[in-house]
Amino acid sequence: MDKMPRWADVLLVPLICLIIAFFFCGILIWAIGQSPVEALTIMITGSLGSTYGWGYTLYYATNFMFTGLAVSIAFQASLFNIGGEGQATLGGLGVALSCLFIPWPHWSLALAGSMVAAMAFGAAWAFLPAWLQAKRGSHIVITTMMFNFIAYALMNYLLVNVLRPVGKMDPASARFDEVTNLPQLGEILALVGIPFSTRNPANISLLIALACAVGVWVLLWHTRLGFAIRAFGKSEKAAVYAGISPVRITLYAMMLSGALSGLMAINSVQGEANRLLLNSVEGAGFIGIAVALMGRNHPFGIVIASILFGFLYQGGSQLALGTTIPREVIVVLQALVILFTGALPYMVQKPLERLFVRRAA
Amino acid sequence: MTLMKHLLGASALLALTAGAALADPAIIYDVGGKFDKSFNQAAFGGAERWKEETGGTYKELEMQNEAQREQALRQLAEGGANPIVMTGFAFGDVLNAVAPDYPDTKFAIIDMVVDQPNVKSVVFTEDQGSYLVGMMAAMASKSNVVGFIGGMDIPLIRRFGCGYAQGVKAVKPDATVILNMTGTDGSAWNNPVKGAEIAKSQQSQGADVIYAAAGGTGVGVLQAAADMGILSIGVDSNQNYMHPGSVLTSMLKRVDNAVYDAFKEGEALTAGINVMDLKAGGVGYAMDENNAALVTAEMTAAVDAAAAKIVSGELVVHDYMSDNTCPAGQF
Repeated sequence: MDKMPRWADVLLVPLICLIIAFFFCGILIWAIGQSPVEALTIMITGSLGSTYGWGYTLYYATNFMFTGLAVSIAFQASLFNIGGEGQATLGGLGVALSCLFIPWPHWSLALAGSMVAAMAFGAAWAFLPAWLQAKRGSHIVITTMMFNFIAYALMNYLLVNVLRPVGKMDPASARFDEVTNLPQLGEILALVGIPFSTRNPANISLLIALACAVGVWVLLWHTRLGFAIRAFGKSEKAAVYAGISPVRITLYAMMLSGALSGLMAINSVQGEANRLLLNSVEGAGFIGIAVALMGRNHPFGIVIASILFGFLYQGGSQLALGTTIPREVIVVLQALVILFTGALPYMVQKPLERLFVRRAA
Repeated sequence: MTLMKHLLGASALLALTAGAALADPAIIYDVGGKFDKSFNQAAFGGAERWKEETGGTYKELEMQNEAQREQALRQLAEGGANPIVMTGFAFGDVLNAVAPDYPDTKFAIIDMVVDQPNVKSVVFTEDQGSYLVGMMAAMASKSNVVGFIGGMDIPLIRRFGCGYAQGVKAVKPDATVILNMTGTDGSAWNNPVKGAEIAKSQQSQGADVIYAAAGGTGVGVLQAAADMGILSIGVDSNQNYMHPGSVLTSMLKRVDNAVYDAFKEGEALTAGINVMDLKAGGVGYAMDENNAALVTAEMTAAVDAAAAKIVSGELVVHDYMSDNTCPAGQF
């Protein structure tokens, strides 16, 4: 036996990473003169101690599931899509246009329409960088990042000059019609008799995100296209030899990725804000990269990692509300957890592996 | 018996939290952050002044993201904070939805009008204050070219720029006003390097007075102006001290007074729209020993005369946000 059991790799490594991360967070909190135990208690009870807290945790997690899945699909084709931010911004525009200008009779139709619009806009935003990569060899990291800035500028132009109601100060669109409001998670769970707070933004998008995770898993490991994407990611030359078109796979993978990023907007734009804001994405596109890394590019891992990041976001909010720990330190705490769980698992993996191998020997 | 105990315990707890509820006001700073040397920091100054004078305590919170807005408002309201003051127009829509749920809590919002019976809306007439510093810029300029550097390109900042341009043209109709914005996203509020670059570019086009209405970006504008030996105009807080002899004046926006007043009124906060205009001392220009040598008696006389006319209603400064156009300049 030269490898450790899979359960240890999947469960024990992240757990140990998390404990190390919390240890260093504790030192930091202690160093600024606060109580680490109290801070940790506030974080955990605030985000997981009530259905209200869970609602926020799951709301953030839903965003990260979409963007994490988006990054992972492109990653399987060894394309590093940093443009989740821009694609999700455009997805938000699609959702807003659909909700503002189409008189939907029912929320379910509005949701379907928004999903189509969000995916179309997100995919369209990913198309050009993908085409440039496939045809011209312009590096996808550079082009997608540039497209983020173009998306910001476009959104700013549209919100300030076109979509903003006259006389309003806020560069945001008008509120969507109430018909388009999505059912909240609390309302859905009440149908099956589970009491869950409705005073939080968690909504039906969570179920769609979970369905997308299953969909991505089926696509990648049980379809021909998924096989082609993975084969292309492993070795472009071998893929070409097997008759797989690099241009087509690059385009498909990136547009799927863009569509998933765009879908995030049904949660943040339609589910939470009910209007289009200037920064509706709020870094979720970038967090998606960390989520995908931590979830080892597997849909199941991404769902778990998303919930952890949701916990960090909601716990961080509660920390700001419940203590006098400054906002900047909270960002450092979140970053420490990301550092240890996302970037440094190998630090734990190797010694642990040795431990297991020695015991088995 | 145990049920009774629970009930008693619960009511005792309620009484305790209700007792605590009488205590503290709260302030929420927008995503720009508490120490932006400008808008939010002015609000912080107002809160601190209240604390010093009354010895009271207050809760404060800095926004981290958009979804937090509603969450923070609800939690502070449920935690018994009263009144709850928030800086920035971005809270408007959320407050409009949250305020009806807490009829016993008073809210105050700065830079935005929210029409609810328990909300005090504090708005400033930045166009009037900017008009006055615009006049001063025109009189101080030798090249007849003056500059304006805004933060993020939003209507509120265009209102600053438009008022400024009108003030300049009122003194020198043939003067050139260069209107620039730092950027299109939130980082434009805190990009001093880019602010300095734009200031240099405006100087190369002949500008010798530059007005910065750009939050933290303005720090770079003021620095660059001082380095190039030209004049600058600060914003929101009195920034004359930052480069004595180079900062011509500062357009004051008394956010600190708004916060202080709201805290002082406490739970008796009067709802409604509170327009902090020139007349109410909400906006104005800053004079102190740092800029005394730069401003002549002629300049103050002309500006004060215009101010009196604005107060009396004889002179009307066009508000960009009333119709999204500016008669005096192009953005």
